[in-house]
Amino acid sequence: MMIHPEEILETIKMVSNENLDIRTVTMGINLRGCSHPDIDIFNKNIYNRIMYYAEDLVKTTDDIQNLYGIPIINKRISVTPIAIVAESCDATDFTSIAQTLDRAAEDAGVDFIGGFSALVQKGMTPGDLKLINSIPRALASTNKVCSSVNVATTKAGINMDAVALMGKIIKETAEMTKENSGIGCAKLVVFANAPDDNPFMAGAFHGIGEPDCVINVGVSGPGVVNSAVRALKDPTLGDISECIKKTAFKITRMGEVVGKEVARRLHVQFGVLDLSLAPTPAVGDSVAAILEAMGLESCGTHGTTAALALLNDAVKKGGAMASSSVGGLSGAFIPVSEDEGMIRAVQRGSLSLDKLEAMTSVCSVGLDMIAIPGDTPSSTISAIIADEMAIGMINKKTTAVRVIPAPGTKVGDMIEFGGLLGTAPVMPVHKFSSEKFISRGGRIPAPIQSLTN
Amino acid sequence: MSSSRFIITVIGIDKVGIVAGITQIMAQYNVNIVDISQTIMDDLFTMIMLAQVKEENFDLAAFQQAMFGKGSELGVEVKVQHEDVFHFMHRI
Repeated sequence: MMIHPEEILETIKMVSNENLDIRTVTMGINLRGCSHPDIDIFNKNIYNRIMYYAEDLVKTTDDIQNLYGIPIINKRISVTPIAIVAESCDATDFTSIAQTLDRAAEDAGVDFIGGFSALVQKGMTPGDLKLINSIPRALASTNKVCSSVNVATTKAGINMDAVALMGKIIKETAEMTKENSGIGCAKLVVFANAPDDNPFMAGAFHGIGEPDCVINVGVSGPGVVNSAVRALKDPTLGDISECIKKTAFKITRMGEVVGKEVARRLHVQFGVLDLSLAPTPAVGDSVAAILEAMGLESCGTHGTTAALALLNDAVKKGGAMASSSVGGLSGAFIPVSEDEGMIRAVQRGSLSLDKLEAMTSVCSVGLDMIAIPGDTPSSTISAIIADEMAIGMINKKTTAVRVIPAPGTKVGDMIEFGGLLGTAPVMPVHKFSSEKFISRGGRIPAPIQSLTN
Repeated sequence: MSSSRFIITVIGIDKVGIVAGITQIMAQYNVNIVDISQTIMDDLFTMIMLAQVKEENFDLAAFQQAMFGKGSELGVEVKVQHEDVFHFMHRI
């Protein structure tokens, strides 16, 4: 037998005991050929186009799941940012487009569809504005649609008009989904430097420059890394980095074999493998637990940023060695509501919004799945976004904000979203006003880092 | 796919008839054993087999169902996985 029994059992243990899984197989579909001034015809075009490519997606991924014995948790679709393809529609409201996407996702049997999106880092077109204004109604009237708006890049700077507008849109979305604690906001993310090929939600869209159809795969496994680090006997930080790298390597290899086989069977191109440690509410499947395994008493205390930097870098290095198709976000995610360790850290007072912001400067995303009080002013939300966008812009990395100003809640309340979205403790925000700063509008110019040519 | 070889693992409390029961199903589906190893790890009976399938239109889903069924009858956990996943993870 070429493979050692211990290696076989290691793989099986990763899946059975440590929650290793393919988090998502996401099919990216180009909708650029669907444009039409009549929104009804446009909706018909996009529905047909999505169904043409995605009809066999779920069946094929299920077959691959059985073939390799590795669970594939979500099947998803991402499409060309709708603001681009719907630009020529005469209608002023794009809600029906979101409803069409929702119907296509339902009929294709996928879990989510992403791409109700606009890229407005330097300015907004009429189509961008129509899309953004439609977001609250779109998210309130659909189940599977995810929306994202890119408001900043290192090359373009930060569009502060869009930042100000998104603060209002987030509040409005929360208000329109208040029966479910503002869950609409869990499907809305504001980006700096959004990647074109990210398979994870809520931020997935099929970027410009991508092929007609592509398969991107997201692999997870904080539980595996957590167990591997905890099994080390009195390690140095160098030993821990080495251990994370090796574990990330193995997980990435597994993701690649799955992604390539899915793409081959569907006769479409294999895009990227995104190895992101995406926690789930399951005990131990937690990024906070990994940081605590390194020797921190509680996630969020002094040293957390350094520990997360080590983790994120080691994950990337292991992944880059294992596959030449690593892309998307690839790193560690720190969504508060989805990570049992993060929730505990907030509850015991060791993890604050400010510390989370610092952590986002060294990991792959941003302020993610954080509940804040329902009466938070929209200008404060915009200011939270602006800070996060600045980190992304200056550090040439992706950052994002997905906050939920849950209507009627106050600091300390717990909000139950269910499923992978988990449970969010409502966290305090600063009381001092940012109103005047946000109302100035305009653009924060592109930083000196953008002048690379 | 590079081959149609599968890694079959059987893990559970040791008792009489596990090997007989499992291999009987394999014979029914014309699945050949290329290599087999068996050990007791942490008080658990652990059997690992490398199995080969020659038929072109082999029904993997039906075979897996039959194997899982026999496994739960015997009180053991059975997994049938294509060997490529292990090669990819543990070999460069």
